[in-house]
Amino acid sequence: MKPTDISNPDYFHKVVDCQHACPAHTPVPEYIRLIAEGKYSDAYMINWYSNVFPGILGRTCDRPCEPACRRGRVEENNGEKPEPVAICRLKRVAADYKDDVNPRMPKAPEKKNGKRIACLGAGPSSLTVARDLAPLGYDVTVYDRDQRAGGMIWSQIPRFRLPMEVIDEEVGYVFNLGVHFKNGVNIESLKKILDEKYDAVFVGTGAPRGRDLEIPGRKEAAKNIHIGIDWLSSVSFGHTEKIGKRVIVLGGGNTAMDCCRSSKRLGGEDVKVIVRSGFEEMKASPWEKEDAAHEGIPILNYLVPKTFVHKDGKLSGMTFEKVKAEYDAKGRRKLVPTGEPDQLFECDDVLVAVGQENSFPWIERDIGLEFDDKWGMPVVDKLTMQSTIPSVFFGGDAAFGPKNIIWAVAHGHDAAISIDKFCSGEDLQERPAPMVNLISQKMGIHEWSYDNSISNDQRYKVPLKDSKIALKNIKIEVELGFDQKLALAEAQRCLNCDAQTVFAPKLCIECDACVDICPMDCITFTPNAEEAELRTQLKAPAENTDQALYVSDILKTGRIMAKDEDVCLHCGLCAERCPTGAWDMQKFLLDMTHAGPGCRSKPQRRAA
Amino acid sequence: MTYIAKPSLHHPDLPKNAVGHTRRDYEGKISTLCAGCGHDSISASIIQACWEMNIQPHRVAKLSGIGCSSKTPDYFLGNSHGFNSVHGRMPSVLTGANLANRELLYMGVSGDGDSASIGLGQFAHCMRRGVNMVYIVENNGVYGLTKGQFSATADKGSKSKRGIINSEEPIDMVGLALQLGASFVGRSFSGDKAQLVPLIKAAIEHKGAAFIDVVSPCVAFNNHPGSTKSYDYVREHNEAVNRLDFITEREEITADYAPGTVTTVKQHDGSILRLRKLAEDYDATDRIKVMNYLQERAAEGEVVTGLLYVNPDSQDLHEHMETTSAPLNTFGARDLCPGNVMLEKINASMR
Repeated sequence: MKPTDISNPDYFHKVVDCQHACPAHTPVPEYIRLIAEGKYSDAYMINWYSNVFPGILGRTCDRPCEPACRRGRVEENNGEKPEPVAICRLKRVAADYKDDVNPRMPKAPEKKNGKRIACLGAGPSSLTVARDLAPLGYDVTVYDRDQRAGGMIWSQIPRFRLPMEVIDEEVGYVFNLGVHFKNGVNIESLKKILDEKYDAVFVGTGAPRGRDLEIPGRKEAAKNIHIGIDWLSSVSFGHTEKIGKRVIVLGGGNTAMDCCRSSKRLGGEDVKVIVRSGFEEMKASPWEKEDAAHEGIPILNYLVPKTFVHKDGKLSGMTFEKVKAEYDAKGRRKLVPTGEPDQLFECDDVLVAVGQENSFPWIERDIGLEFDDKWGMPVVDKLTMQSTIPSVFFGGDAAFGPKNIIWAVAHGHDAAISIDKFCSGEDLQERPAPMVNLISQKMGIHEWSYDNSISNDQRYKVPLKDSKIALKNIKIEVELGFDQKLALAEAQRCLNCDAQTVFAPKLCIECDACVDICPMDCITFTPNAEEAELRTQLKAPAENTDQALYVSDILKTGRIMAKDEDVCLHCGLCAERCPTGAWDMQKFLLDMTHAGPGCRSKPQRRAA
Repeated sequence: MTYIAKPSLHHPDLPKNAVGHTRRDYEGKISTLCAGCGHDSISASIIQACWEMNIQPHRVAKLSGIGCSSKTPDYFLGNSHGFNSVHGRMPSVLTGANLANRELLYMGVSGDGDSASIGLGQFAHCMRRGVNMVYIVENNGVYGLTKGQFSATADKGSKSKRGIINSEEPIDMVGLALQLGASFVGRSFSGDKAQLVPLIKAAIEHKGAAFIDVVSPCVAFNNHPGSTKSYDYVREHNEAVNRLDFITEREEITADYAPGTVTTVKQHDGSILRLRKLAEDYDATDRIKVMNYLQERAAEGEVVTGLLYVNPDSQDLHEHMETTSAPLNTFGARDLCPGNVMLEKINASMR
């Protein structure tokens, strides 16, 4: 194998699994350390720069960081149940316990740069674009059909998961930057907006249409059949305050979980979720399924809806066909009927949450904006978020179909960079490099500026409101969040994966001290070989090929140092036991470059 | 010294041996020796050897004297019996323990000061008596705890860290052990675990006094140019006479070697030592030839390593003395005090 090029920021970035997995590349270990130190405001601001909505995401994020978290792998065969660090809920801690952060917020410059930007839709992607561009002097106007800003954040996510104050606060930080908000405006024509001669237009209108279920009885029983996301927003608006006692929720995604839990709070007594697929294959996040189960909502699987049963124009139940999963040679799943008689479930109301679709009836097809024929989606460049009209950009669910808030934020950042470069007449394909810093953490012979002692604690559970109280009022938040003591204990579970093990081959005397001390058997001195072979000849075979091997140049004895990054605890013992300082623990800080001078000229370092 | 405890988390795929332990279960406390000390590698090798041999930690007694080396039993086999004796007196304490309970595995760990200076006499008698034990000398040629004076094993002409040349003749522990009748003699290097681990395993299985001299660089005081016990010097001058594959009685022999390159030594207990020859005509069972060979190579400035000598028909102290076959702690009061009738009998036999 060739020696690892650690001067390429991608290498160490990949070692910080959580940050690498986050679409917005939030520096997770950095803010978790600050939470442990009680510096909640600092932790909040790190989040705010990266992901714009720490308080909102700390309650609702899809957390791609957590399945990636090294702690989950490290705990395998080391205790009861391997679990990642509760990264998402720690983010909420930063938001809950911070001081007034208003003085820390950027201000809109008094002198504008003369460029006008329109953001269509006031959801997370549009607000990110506005947040990134307004402080640079852009004149940003956000349009939304609703009175409030937030988009799906407030219309689809129920209040018992995300209180209104949190949304208002974080949307407020964006609007305080001098962003104009035109609420209650239903955009019916992109052409009209283009006629207003904005320098750039950003489309962040989401995926606003819930998929329907066209099976017999749908029309006749229409009164008691509701489309999930429409019903949720009607609940958020306060238009819907009640539902029947027996409710069936169709669908296995997070929207279905929100629907069933909302129903429980609006009069539903016998609420059940029914899905076509198996329980394991459901799209809903495992923790959302857990939350539903905790509230006593059964999830029935392998049932395909056949008919809505109705009498005198009133829904009385639904019939389902029992199926089982069969896999063909290519591993593709097929649901085939088991042959058992259809099952009837009685109910008063049905919520259909079987998916969401994009819909762009308001975009004229003759203004030069291309759509692909297959999916009816706009043609958008994955890197630049630019459409086929150079001044029109897309992001969030509107760009590539339904995803989640954190992806919308990432799209927003990318689009803002593109808009900034577009307005400066630069090449959009040339993307700015991230800002990277690598600093030794050595303070004394065996002292580091991070806490390298490894906690053996299992993941802490977030305290919940007593479900007797929580189920009575849809506005009562279920999760209480970690208190400061729990937050500290949970933060200590973080392995500080950004404290990188950096090896200097010239200093190494091959004394084996690092090999002997490493608790996870990560380090081996061995003759060089091709990667596949090298992986088998290490002290512990490196079977997780998603994780890199860190390989040194040839050492004095003709061997190389090979370190498997997979389950490294970043405890720094290799560096502590190294007599020559060939190993050092260095903090790798990577900040994404956002729109602004940094993305245009040479990258500038932000003062830490 | 490292302040934090070594994390108890281990690699998810860390295997267990036949007695249900992982290698980590054979560890002790975190080392307080200087970072990079060769002694820590020897501790790691002992841990590895014991794990591979499926040894029950509570059936091991580890004994030591005084010095850096003698601190190390705290850093391996944390669940074994330990005795940290007076300076240089490990051999006699161990001999006593062995006589009292012959069923434990005895591991004596000592250093060049402990065994070649203050405890030289103890070392000598322990070897000639054939106490059934593993005797490891962690040999770094200096007194590390007192800031790096030459020890008795420092080579004549080698240079101290402060630039002083050693004018005295060194004591060759391997040569002494051979002369005194040790039935298993090896030398190795802390920086070569591939050689050291099988040596320790063979020494554990060997019946009688098994002596291993391990050159173990002192990073703080004896790892500079001019030293003959530095990592660089030993690597350059290391002449291994053989490579050892140790196979217990129960194991199947699977490795295949080219004919003429392997010598098989079957020991008394049935275990097999396979020696892959590296030096031409080296016969590890011929004591006189071995002693001559070592003298010749030492004169050339080479550090000869490997399994240097083994007597496959060795006997131990218990056999010499015809002691009772069971540990003393298994005897009841009736065995130990058989009564007046027996006393009369014994007295009568002596009249």
